[in-house]
Parts: sequence; C-alpha cells; structure tokens
Amino acid sequence: MKLGFLVDLNLCMGCKGCEVACKVENQVPLHSWRLRVKYVDVGVYPETKRTYTPLRCNHCEDAPCERICPVSALHYLENGIVNIDKERCIGCAGCMMACPYGAIYMDPVTNTADKCTFCAHRVASSMMPACVVACPVEANIFGDLDDPASQISQYIMRHQKEGGVQVRKPEKNTHPKHFYVGGGQVHLNPLASKREEGYNLFNKITHLDHIGGH
Amino acid sequence: MVEHTVAATNAIVTLDVPIPQVIWGWMITLNMWAKSIGTGVVLVGAYLLARHGREVGESVKVSMPLISFIFLNIFLLFTLLDLHQPLRMWHIFAYPNWTSAITVGAWLATLFTAVIFIMMLIGLRSFVVARKEKMPRFCRKLAEMEFLSDSLYNKLLKVAVVLALPVTMYTATIMGEATARELWQTPTELVQMLLAAILTGSAVYLIIGQKWSYEVKRDLAIMLGVSAFLSFVIYMGEYYFGAMKAEEVAAILTAVKEGPYSAMFWAGQWIAFIIPMALVYLSLKSRSGSLLFLAGVLAIVGLYITKHVWLIIPQLLPLS
Repeated sequence: MKLGFLVDLNLCMGCKGCEVACKVENQVPLHSWRLRVKYVDVGVYPETKRTYTPLRCNHCEDAPCERICPVSALHYLENGIVNIDKERCIGCAGCMMACPYGAIYMDPVTNTADKCTFCAHRVASSMMPACVVACPVEANIFGDLDDPASQISQYIMRHQKEGGVQVRKPEKNTHPKHFYVGGGQVHLNPLASKREEGYNLFNKITHLDHIGGH
Repeated sequence: MVEHTVAATNAIVTLDVPIPQVIWGWMITLNMWAKSIGTGVVLVGAYLLARHGREVGESVKVSMPLISFIFLNIFLLFTLLDLHQPLRMWHIFAYPNWTSAITVGAWLATLFTAVIFIMMLIGLRSFVVARKEKMPRFCRKLAEMEFLSDSLYNKLLKVAVVLALPVTMYTATIMGEATARELWQTPTELVQMLLAAILTGSAVYLIIGQKWSYEVKRDLAIMLGVSAFLSFVIYMGEYYFGAMKAEEVAAILTAVKEGPYSAMFWAGQWIAFIIPMALVYLSLKSRSGSLLFLAGVLAIVGLYITKHVWLIIPQLLPLS
C-alpha cells in the first residue's frame, strides 16, 4: 500500500474548511499549521482572479526530512506516510531546513518538529483524513496509489491523459505523493507570486521571527 | 517568472499564514565558526610540528590541543543550545540515523574532542613536568601520570589530523542535505569549510606566535593569504555566476546584491579576505609581524560575518 493525496484545484473554493478541520483534529497550536490554504490574486483590476492552493506535507518517497533527521524521529510507515515521533525529536530543525515545501514547523508547545501525517491515527482506524471529510466540494482525494482501482489512481489516470496532474518542485527529485490537478505556476511555485506588504487580507504578519521556544 | 514581468499576470499573495524566516540563526554561525578554529589549529599545528618542530614544538604541543579543546567545546555547547530539546541530545547516540550528516558529524566531533582532550592532558603534563617545583600539588599529580607520554601524543596527533578533516567538513554535507536551500551545494561548501579551517588555524598561530621567527610567520602568512584568496574566489564565483544555476539561487542572491544583507556580505568579504590578503602581501614585503597579527584578527572576525550572511540568506526565500 502506498497512500497518496490529490487536490483538484478546479474544485477548491478556498473555504479553509480543511484548514480548520486539521487544526481541530490534530490540536495544532496557534501560530502553527499542518495544512494551510494560500490565496494568490492574479491580474490587474478589473481583470483579476483569485487562486486557492491547499499546502501540506507531500509525503515524499525520497523525503529529505527523513534523510536529515539525526534520530529517525521522521520515519516511513508501511503505508508510505512520512510520520513523526515527537517523543524522539531533539528539535534540531534540520527537517525544516531540508523540506523544500516548508511543510514542517516547530510546535511551540512541545518544542519538537511537527507536520501533516495524513491523519495517520485516523487512517489506522480506517477513517479518511479530517481535511478530506471536511471538504464540501470533494476537492481532496485520498487513497492507495498501488491500487489501480482506487479513486485517486483513477483520478490521476483520467487527468494524466490531459497532462493535468502536477507535483510541487519535481526538480528536487523527492517524488512527492501529493498531487494537484488544475494547478499552474502561481499555485505551485512560491517564486511565481510576490509577498508584498499592504496586500494581505485580515493578517498583517507575513513572517515569524522566532521559531519554537527560542 | 512571467507572473512577475507581465502586468496582466501580476500575482500577489493576499492571504497566507505567517511563514518561518530564519530557522538556523547566529548560534549555528557560531557553531561553524568555532569548529573551523577548533579543527584549523590542529591541521595547521600538525604542519608546524612537522616543518618547524624544533623552534615551535614545545609551544604548539601545549597550545594546539588547548585552543582546539576550548573552541570545540564552544561549538558543542552552541550546538546543544540551539536544539529545542537539548536534554534529548543523547538520542543521537541511542537512535542514530546514519543517512543524516548531523548524526555522522556528532559522532565524529565527539570522538575528535575526546582525542583532543587526551592530547591536551599530555601537553599540559609536559608543561608541568618542565616546571614541576613551581606547580601546585594537583598539577604534580598530572606529572605522575606517565602513560600520558610524548609517543602517545604523536600517535594521537595522526588520529586527530585524520579526524579533523571530516569534522571540519561535515557541515557542508548538512548544508547539502538541506535540499530546500538551493544556494548551498555540498562540493563547494566542502572546500569552503576546509579553507575556513586553514584560514582560522593560521590566523590563530599568527596571533599567538608573535615571538616566533619570521620564517614560521611567513609560512603561516602564505597559508592565510592563499586560503583567503581561494575562499574569496569561490564566493565571488557564487556572487556573479550563481544566478545561472537556478531561479531560486538568483532570488537568494538578490539579498546580497541589492537586499538587506548587501553591506554585511561585503563587510565580511573585506574583513575576512581582501584586507588580510593585502596585509599578507605588505608583510612579505616588509617582514612585519604586526601586520600579520592584524591580518589574523581580521580573518577570524570577518569569517564569522561571512559565514553568517551565507547561512541566513537562503532562509529568506519563501518555500511554499
């Protein structure tokens, strides 16, 4: 079994239901996110468009975080999930330096690294990840990539014919198991959009100065 | 990116969570800087013992492991303090992950520090034996430990030199394993780490060896000048041609070309490399020891600034 995730960006409407469900399910502390939905506005008024991109751990097949972790706190489960053992983590932040997707954070409560685990505890009980359940438009598709009959495999096959299945930063050679359908450079490449002061909705903080307990 | 250059596709992030900026900060800079000194004095010290042992042997045998031990402990202390769970440091030894350069480096550095500690005891013993009558009682106890002999020192010196190389260079592999930071490439950083060790090692001996003959100082000055020159060439290569490698590197280098770290980057290059190179050149002309003293101090101070800038700038780039 090799579990994977797919987000159909044509369906996502940026409601952040998945973000909230993840926070609640995994008791993610304030100032930390396992999953977030990024809004990017494209174009010049009146020809503008808003894009939504849910961002979470890519559960790479060749995960840089697993390779750099000095104590194997980050490890693979048999189903392909890149899991984290918070009791073993020493908080060196090597994984945060290695992850090309910025998907790992330092939990300010436990002072250990943390990230999306595809809700491994729910999966172990044959339940879907919380974000999949919460999505009102079924934009999140989760399942076994080794099973050609699974919904995710079928979805990938259907859209691959149109050349529409992407991963983030394929050049990093990490072989992500998180896919997107309908994504463009603006969705997937952080350098394709600017982060400028004065453009943020609701939130004036763009960067965290301090990481974890330091 | 077309999204940047064409007004019609102007793309701006309008809602996102605050993203982490600097994850590895000044403590990691201090870690690398202190490690360069701790290993550099061993590499350069071994050369001095082999080439000028008759003149500087007694002094280097004591000072080399002593200085190395002090800076290795600074390096280990700040490595520990930078951990968010420092009390779990022992996990590296209990649950090692051998694909991690952090693990391999921690084991090698620990072994290296142990070897240097024994060498320091032998060095101190020889110092005490020579002045036995003037020493307090606990120092005389050290003099009685006959197994701490010169022959053991010489054997350990060989081990220390062999270990000093990977210990000084392993951080380059950590930087390479930090795949998110495109600027750092292991092969380049390996050479930079080795040059930093030679630079600081020679600088330290130019500072403490003021009474040594000009021939010894000249050798050290050449080592300092050549390592500063090669290091400077690599940095300039990255500065001017790094942007060709990838869009991410180009974006990172704007931080030192026109961004907030431009002044600090050039301050580091001048203090660590350019001025010391000039001072070495002038001292070779004038046989001035004081110019070399100044070159040594500047190289050590400047290297901290240079390493700090290089550590920080890739972390300014948003990853997602």
